[in-house]
Amino acid sequence: MNAIIDYIQSYLRTKDVTPGGDGNIFWATVYILLVFVGLSVAVIAMNWLERKILAHMQVRLGPMRVGPHGLLQPIADAIKLLLKEDIIPAEADALVFWVAPFIVVLAAFTVFVVVPFGPEHAITDMNIGILFMLGVSSLSVLGIVTAGWASNSHYPLIGALRSSAQMVSYEVAMGLAVVSAIMMTSLGEKGGTLSMIGIVESQYQQQEWFLFKFFPLGVIAFGIFAIAMVAETNRAPFDLPEAESELTAGFHTEYSGFRWSLFFLAEYSAMIAVSSIAVTLWLGGWLRPFPNALSGPTWELAFSLVPGLAFVFLAAMCFYNTARMPKHPLFRIQTMGLAGFGALLGLIGIVLFLPGVRERVQDVFWFAAKVAAFMYLYIWYRGTFPRYRFDQLMRVGWKVLLPIGLGLLICTGLWVMRVEVWHEVIVPAWLGCIGLLRRIF
Amino acid sequence: MNSSLAANPPVATPFFFYLLAAVMIVGGILVITRKNAVHSALALITTLLAQAGLYLMLYAPFVAGVQIILYAGGIMVLFLFVIMLINIERTMKERQFNKQWLVGIVAAGALGGLLIAAYTTTTGGRTLFPLGRQSYVDGDNTQRIAMLLFDNRFGTYMFAFEIASLLLLVAIIGAVVMAKKRI
Repeated sequence: MNAIIDYIQSYLRTKDVTPGGDGNIFWATVYILLVFVGLSVAVIAMNWLERKILAHMQVRLGPMRVGPHGLLQPIADAIKLLLKEDIIPAEADALVFWVAPFIVVLAAFTVFVVVPFGPEHAITDMNIGILFMLGVSSLSVLGIVTAGWASNSHYPLIGALRSSAQMVSYEVAMGLAVVSAIMMTSLGEKGGTLSMIGIVESQYQQQEWFLFKFFPLGVIAFGIFAIAMVAETNRAPFDLPEAESELTAGFHTEYSGFRWSLFFLAEYSAMIAVSSIAVTLWLGGWLRPFPNALSGPTWELAFSLVPGLAFVFLAAMCFYNTARMPKHPLFRIQTMGLAGFGALLGLIGIVLFLPGVRERVQDVFWFAAKVAAFMYLYIWYRGTFPRYRFDQLMRVGWKVLLPIGLGLLICTGLWVMRVEVWHEVIVPAWLGCIGLLRRIF
Repeated sequence: MNSSLAANPPVATPFFFYLLAAVMIVGGILVITRKNAVHSALALITTLLAQAGLYLMLYAPFVAGVQIILYAGGIMVLFLFVIMLINIERTMKERQFNKQWLVGIVAAGALGGLLIAAYTTTTGGRTLFPLGRQSYVDGDNTQRIAMLLFDNRFGTYMFAFEIASLLLLVAIIGAVVMAKKRI
C-alpha cells in the first residue's frame, strides 16, 4: 500500500516532466481521463456556442427554450441522439459501417496524447510529437472514406470521394507550412526539434512567436496552415464533403443516433486538435503574452490573476443578464438557473485565484484561450464565407497553397542558414566571378 | 525529451512484440483471402499500423511516424479511393486465385531460404543481427537520421537518398504523362 502511495507521490516531486516522460502510469491515466473529459466538455460547449454565435451573426436569437439562453440545449441534443434508433441500412456493408465512426473518433482523440497544455501538462512528450499529430490526424480520412463507401448509397459515396481528395490535397500544403515552422526551431538553444513541448520552449528562448519570426515568412506559413486546417476538418467554406444543399449530409447521410454523434464528436475534437497544432507552432502554445519583455515577480503575479479575472468577468456578465431576464413568473426557474450558472462561474474564478492553483493552471488557461480564438474563427468563417466549388477548392490547394508553401520552405531554409549561405555560397561565387572577369580582361 | 532509456526501461517488450507480430500476420492473411477489395485494404492498413508499432519498439520513432503518414494516411487512402470506384459486385464474382502452386512454392521457398541464410550467415564472427542492438537516446533519434544523410563526416547515404528521390520524381512525371490526354 505504501509503495503505491509512494509511486503516486513520486511524480509530484518531479519538475518539468510530463507523466509519460516520467513513466508514471497512474498520473498518465489521470491526465488521459482529464483530457478526455475536458475535450468532451469543450465539444458540448462548442455545440452551444456555434449555434448561438451563428444565430447572433444572422440577427437571430438561437436556442432560447431549453434552459436560460438555451444553455441546456446540448444536453437535450445528446439525450435525443442516444435515444434515437441506430439504423444500419440493409444493403450496407455492416462490419465496415460499424467500424468507420470508431476509426474517426480514435484518430481525433489519440492526437491529444502529445498536445502540450503546459510545460508539464501533456500526457507525454514524444520526440516526433508534431509528426505523430499529423500522422494520426491523417488517419481520420480513412474513417470518412470507409463510412461513405459502407453506406452503399450515392450521396455518401460522393461525399467520401470529395473528402478524401480534399484532405489528401490539403495535407501537402499543411505539411510544408509545418516544416517551415520546424526549421525555425533550429535557432533555439537545444537545436531543432519535432517535440511539441520543445517547439514552444524554442519560441520562448528565441523570445518571439514563430508567427512574427522572419517577417513575413512566419505569417505566410501560418496563413497557409490556417487555410489548410479548415479544409482538413471539412468545415465551411470547405465543407463540400457534407454540403447539405447538394449531398444531404455527405458521408454520414445514412448514419443516425449514437454513430452519427460519434462523427460529430470527432469533427469538433479534430477542429480543436488542428487548432492546438497552430497554437503550438505559431502562437507560442501555453506561453502567456510577453513572457520575456514583461517578466519579474510583479508581472508574473499580474498575469497569473488573468484566468480568475476572466471567469469573474463571465460570472458578472451572467448576473447582468439575470437582472435583464423578463420578470414574468414563467421565467422564474430560468432566471434562477442563469444566476446559478453565474455563481458556478464565479466559484471557478475564485478557485483560480488561490495561489497554489493559479500557478499551475495559467499555462492551461492561455493555451485554451488561444485555441478558443481559433474555434471562434471557425464559427465566423461558417457565418460569412460561401462554400467553394470543387474545382476552385482543388485550384486553391494545388495551384496556390502548394507553390507558395514550396517557395516559403526554400526562403525559410535560406534565411535560417543565412550565415552559412553567405560564407559558403554567395562569397565564393562572387569571388569566382571577379576572378573570371580578371582573367578575361 | 527528458526521458532516456536508462530512466525508462521498456515495459513488457516480448508481449508487445508478439501482439504486434500476430496482428501483422493475421492482417496479412486477411489481405489476400478477403474477396472484397475494401476489406483487404482495411486489413492492409491494420498491418501497416502494427508495423509502425514495431518500428517504435526498435526505437525508430521517426520511421514509425513517417510510416503512419505515408502508408496508412496517404497511400492507403488513394488505394481506397480507387477501389471505391471499381464495381465491387463484379469483382466479387470473379475467381480470386490464380492457381500456380508449383511456382508459388518455389518462390516462397527461395525467399524463405534467403531470409534464413541472411539471418544465420556470419562474416568474421559477426552476424547481420547481433543480439545487443545499438540504440540511441530517445531525444536524439531523428537528428541521427539527418546526420546519416547530410553530415560531412558520417553522411554516407546522401547519394542513395538522392537516387531514391529521383526515382519518385520519375514516377510522378510518369503518372502525369499517363493521366493527361494533352500536355
